[in-house]
Formats: sequence, structure tokens, C-alpha cells
Amino acid sequence: MGQKVGIEVSIAAADAVGLCDVDVVAAYPITPQTHVVEHLAELCASGHLDAEFVPVESEHSAMSVCCGSAAVGARTFTATSAQGLALMSEIVFIASSMRLPMVMFLANRALSAPLSIWNDHSDTMMVRDCGWIQVFCKNGQEVYDAIFHAFRVAEDKRVSMPVMINVDGFGLTHVIEPIEFWTKEMVKEYLPPFEPLYTLHPDKVVTMGAFGMPEIFTEAKKALDVAMWNSAPVVVEAWNEMAKLTGRQYMPVETYKADGAETLILAMGSICETASIAVDRFREAGKKVGLVNLRLWRPLPKDELRKALSGAKDVVVLDRALTPGGANSPLTAEIRSLMYGETARPNIYNMVAGLGGRDVTPEDITTMLEKALADQHKGYYIYGVRG
Amino acid sequence: MASVANGVSMMEKKMAETEKKKVIKPLKNFPMEEYINSGHRACQGCAEVLAVRHVLKAIGPDMVMAMATGCMEIISSPYPYTSWNVPWIHVAFENAAAVASGVESGLKALRRKKRVPDKDVTILAMGGDGGTTDIGFQALSGMMERGHKIIYVCVDNEAYMNTGIQRSSSTPFGATTTTSPAGKVAPAGQMTWKKDMTAIAAAHGIPYTATACPTFFNDLQKKILKAKEVQGPSYIHILSVCPTGWRVPPQKAIEYGQLAVDTGVFPLYEVENGIWKLNRKPKELKPVSEYFKGQGRYRHLDEKLTAEIQEKITARWNRLVELSGADKES
Repeated sequence: MGQKVGIEVSIAAADAVGLCDVDVVAAYPITPQTHVVEHLAELCASGHLDAEFVPVESEHSAMSVCCGSAAVGARTFTATSAQGLALMSEIVFIASSMRLPMVMFLANRALSAPLSIWNDHSDTMMVRDCGWIQVFCKNGQEVYDAIFHAFRVAEDKRVSMPVMINVDGFGLTHVIEPIEFWTKEMVKEYLPPFEPLYTLHPDKVVTMGAFGMPEIFTEAKKALDVAMWNSAPVVVEAWNEMAKLTGRQYMPVETYKADGAETLILAMGSICETASIAVDRFREAGKKVGLVNLRLWRPLPKDELRKALSGAKDVVVLDRALTPGGANSPLTAEIRSLMYGETARPNIYNMVAGLGGRDVTPEDITTMLEKALADQHKGYYIYGVRG
Repeated sequence: MASVANGVSMMEKKMAETEKKKVIKPLKNFPMEEYINSGHRACQGCAEVLAVRHVLKAIGPDMVMAMATGCMEIISSPYPYTSWNVPWIHVAFENAAAVASGVESGLKALRRKKRVPDKDVTILAMGGDGGTTDIGFQALSGMMERGHKIIYVCVDNEAYMNTGIQRSSSTPFGATTTTSPAGKVAPAGQMTWKKDMTAIAAAHGIPYTATACPTFFNDLQKKILKAKEVQGPSYIHILSVCPTGWRVPPQKAIEYGQLAVDTGVFPLYEVENGIWKLNRKPKELKPVSEYFKGQGRYRHLDEKLTAEIQEKITARWNRLVELSGADKES
């Protein structure tokens, strides 16, 4: 077992990438992602990490470099945030459809305008349908562990897909937490070398990125969808294997004090830690409130979610993104749609909170829950707007 | 995801043999291998695919190629077919230089770590004039500035031909396209001067920059071979006559290439470690009107406009002669 150290989450994540012996890192600086790539640049410059650090001129090129390096069979990493993700989004969609394994650390930040460097989930929701495996983390240890997991899953021949790790900007990227490090031996045992099915090399000539006529395009997209669903057991298997090594067991859907809960709070990311404090207080007050933490956003763990939610009377979804002019916000839309066909389905309420770094305290969560149950609003409610 | 490129079929081999007999004057050391197969979907008389053929012949099989979206991509890779006999990747329009940067960086790391065979692999990036001088400009500048060992080839047919002949920043002054039509307000059609991409590339201080044209294929291949040898980025700008977009008969593509060079519209030169050198210096430049004659895209030009263009071309040529010191040679 590795050492437990107090360390900034971004630095720890970069150390994890280094431990994975990554071959190519391509990134463009954007707050709050910077500490990750700064540390990787240091590791490369000092010779601690034998990798090509490509300081690209834009995020669009970052993702393009990643496509090129993954295509030759190099272990590939990038990190970005908000506007950076928006700029590279064209290529983000292509990376998954070309089945190029790589790992992205996404420091979740609000999309402009107004310009905001602070945290919400509008960036990641913009690329919700990009065909990447997408996970969320609620604390530093999870972020650190997620790096090893992501490389293992992405590069697994049964998967061969890019993986995006969502890390709340500042609230998670910049905090110092006690994190238990992995040893080199653990990484060696957990993460096999990257050996893709096809690579670009003169010794075996392949064409990658041919264009699809209408006769083949639907089939190509169906193949991506099938591959996405097929990745689910590999994602879980990799978490189970990690549990054997570290003792930390991750699951696609995790619950906290949810047994016998009448009301469930559902959320993703670091807000879940805040919500757990609110849950404790409700429980202390004798109220049957629990928490559902959705870790695996894509592929959506449908069965696990249904199981977790079906016993409850009410579910309050905390959404950190807004769909202006839509029926409801992205996470809620997903949950409502998932539960629509269930005979015993809970009322599902949509609270939009924590946009652009607005702090969400346990008290806010308590207020939101009470308000949702009192109003029984069928659409969505933007919490905390100043009058 | 990936389909294996087919080798040359028996029929093609036979065809190549028959054609071989017809060659009047075989070229010494001319590579017979083909790395882009026939059967692709290029228009008749496409000088661009000819340029590609020569580029690949010069480099040989040990390469990986990253290509931008555009004519050459779309004619060669309708899934599940491919025309490419070399490892080839297409990701998007504006990023061939960046994808190639990734290929180069990845192979560099893997070779260092002994995870790929220890041999030199040439990395080739290729885009059209739109994919290079407009939308791919930034990615290309980044690639050159970072110093990747990549040959970037711009195959310039002077407009967005793939989407239906729209103007780019590489469309010359006076040419009509579907988005730079000639009219009362814009008598010249394209009212702006062609972006001097080769000079911009040279300004990055990269080891090797050159212009080329498939009409002068020996010169073209020689330049690619030079580019292959330099340590760092190289940029080759190839004028590729597009009969469809320029509105010239397909059998005239080679001829117009020659005229472009001999009128000074597209001079053949190279910049090697900062030293400019003219590669073809006609005793006297032909008038640009000879080059314009018969090109549908220049049909509207009157004498005044032609004179204006001639003035600019002559001035540019003189500057190039001066830069390359060719004026002091004779």
C-alpha cells in the first residue's frame, strides 16, 4: 500500500498520470485545469516521466494531437475545462467514434458568458452525447484513483474508447486532501501495457478515419452505441479489481443512508459530499432522507439507478447545469426519462443550483429539498436567484 | 474503425506493365511503386492527386500520413474502401498539422521506450489551401513553432473545390469563385491578394520551405526528399491545377502548371535554413495574360485589371529574385 499524503488534488492527479507511464500529454492552459498540466510538464522536464509533453497552441489542437498519438498506440492524456472543452468539442466527438483510447481530466467550470472561471457542470453537459465514458468524482482520493481506472478501461480491447474524468473546478481541483498514493508495483499489477488492435505504422498499413456514406453511417453510430453499453461491465470489473488492491470499492451508483428513505437527493460530483452532511442532519431530525451519488454518467447505469430510486416517494435532483428553454435540466431529464416507464416511480424534482461557482452549503440543500417537496414543481427551479 | 488498405491488384499490375512500355523516356531512379491507388474519385485531369502521387513516391513506404478533410480525403476514403497504401489517418478539416504532431510525438515516445520497431518513419501532413491557409492556419503555425519533424504539404488548388469552388485566402486576385463572383461592385471577382503562405511558413524559421508544382515533378520529388532529411518541420506549398474549379479542359492541367511558373504567378523556390533560392528562372517571364487565357475563372478580366495583376506579379518576382540573390548571379 502506498503512502497517505496531504496534497492538492490536481497535483495528485498529475502524479497518477505520471505513475501510469503516459507517453504523450497534450494540453493548453485554462483555469482551473492548469495545475494538472503544470505538474506534468515538471515531471517531464525533470526526467521523472518519460513522455512527450506537447504544449499546443489551442485545445482544438490538444485533442487533435491526442487523436494522432492514440492512433499510433501511445498512452495519451489531456486536461481541459469549460471554454477549452468547447473549442475542442468537434474533435472530442471524433475521438470516440474513431475508438481512440485516451484519458481527459475535465476540471468542470461554467461556460461563458458571463465569463466565469468557477465551477458548474455546463461544460460537461455540452458534450453529454460525445460518446466518451464519463465519470464523476466527489473527493480527491476518487480523482486520484480514477486516473488509473480510466486508463485501464479506455485501453481495454473490449472497450477502446476515450474516458473523461469530471472533477469540480476549484472545489475539488484546488483543495488539499489526504490522498493515499499507489506504489509503482500496484500500478504495474493493475494497468497492463497499452496494446491496441490497430495502430498507424508502416509495418501494417491501415486507413483510419474514412468517411461514411448514408449506407454505413447509421451502422457506425450503432456500433459506437453497442460499444458504449459493452463497456459497462469492464468499467465495473476495473473498479472491482481496484478494490482488491486498495480496499476502496467504487460503484456506478452509490448510496448514502438510502435504505428506507422516502426522499432521495440525487447528484453528481463533489456536491455529494455536501449533500451527505444535509442527509445526516435530516436523519438526526428523524426524517427519512438519503443520497444517491451517480458516479458513472456514461454509460448510464440504468438498472442500478432504477433500483436505487424505485423505493423512494420523492427524488430531488441537484443539477449544476441549465437547459435554457428546455423541459428540465440535463441530469433531471435523464432521470425522469429513465423512470417514466416504472410503475412505482417517485416524484422527481429538478433543482438547478451551484451555477458558475455559487456556493451550495448543506443548509442550501436542506432548503432546496424542503422547497421541492412543498412546491411539487413539475418543471425546474433555479435555486438562489437574487430577487 | 479501420480497414486494411489493399495492395495493388493483378489487373493494376498488368496495366502498369502495359503503360510502362509506352513510356518514351524512362526516368532514372523514378520510383515505380504506387502509394495512392488508381480507382479513386478525383475529377478528370486533377493535378492535385498527381501531386500527392509524386509526394508519396518521393517519401516511400516508411511513412504515416495525416490528412485534412478536403478533395484528397473525400476522393480516396469512402468507407469501406481506401486508396491509400500507406498508414493514413483523417480526423477533421483544420487539424492535419496537429494530428500529425500527435503521430510524431507518439511514435517518438514509443520508439524511445522500445515499443515500436527502431526505424525512421517520415510523418507527412497534408491539407488543401483552405485546410492550410484558412482554417488550419493556427494548427500549422503551432506545429512549425513546436519543431515537430513533419513534412507539411499544402496542395493548393486556390479555392474550396470540394464544397463547390468557394474562395479561400489562397484564391488569387481576379479569380472568380462561387463566393467571389465578378460583378459591378467587385469587377475582379476575388478582390484580395493571395496569401503568401510559403513566406509565412519560412518566417517561422523552420529548416526547409519550398514551392512546387506537379508539372515539374522532378523538382517536386527532389524537394520532398530534402524535406525528408531535415531535422524539424518542413513546408512544401504545391500549386495544383484544378480543371473543374479553374474552368479549363482536363488535358490542360499540366500546361497551366507550366504557365503559372513561367509567368511568375507561381515561382518555384525554396528557403533552406533561411537562404532563399529560385529553382526555375526563365530568361524572360511570360505575360500573365498567357496564363489567364482559356481559364474560365479569369474570363471577366479586362486589360486594366490584367495590367494591375501583371504589375503586382512582376514586383513580387523582382523581390523574390532579389531575396534569392539571383540578380547577382548573372
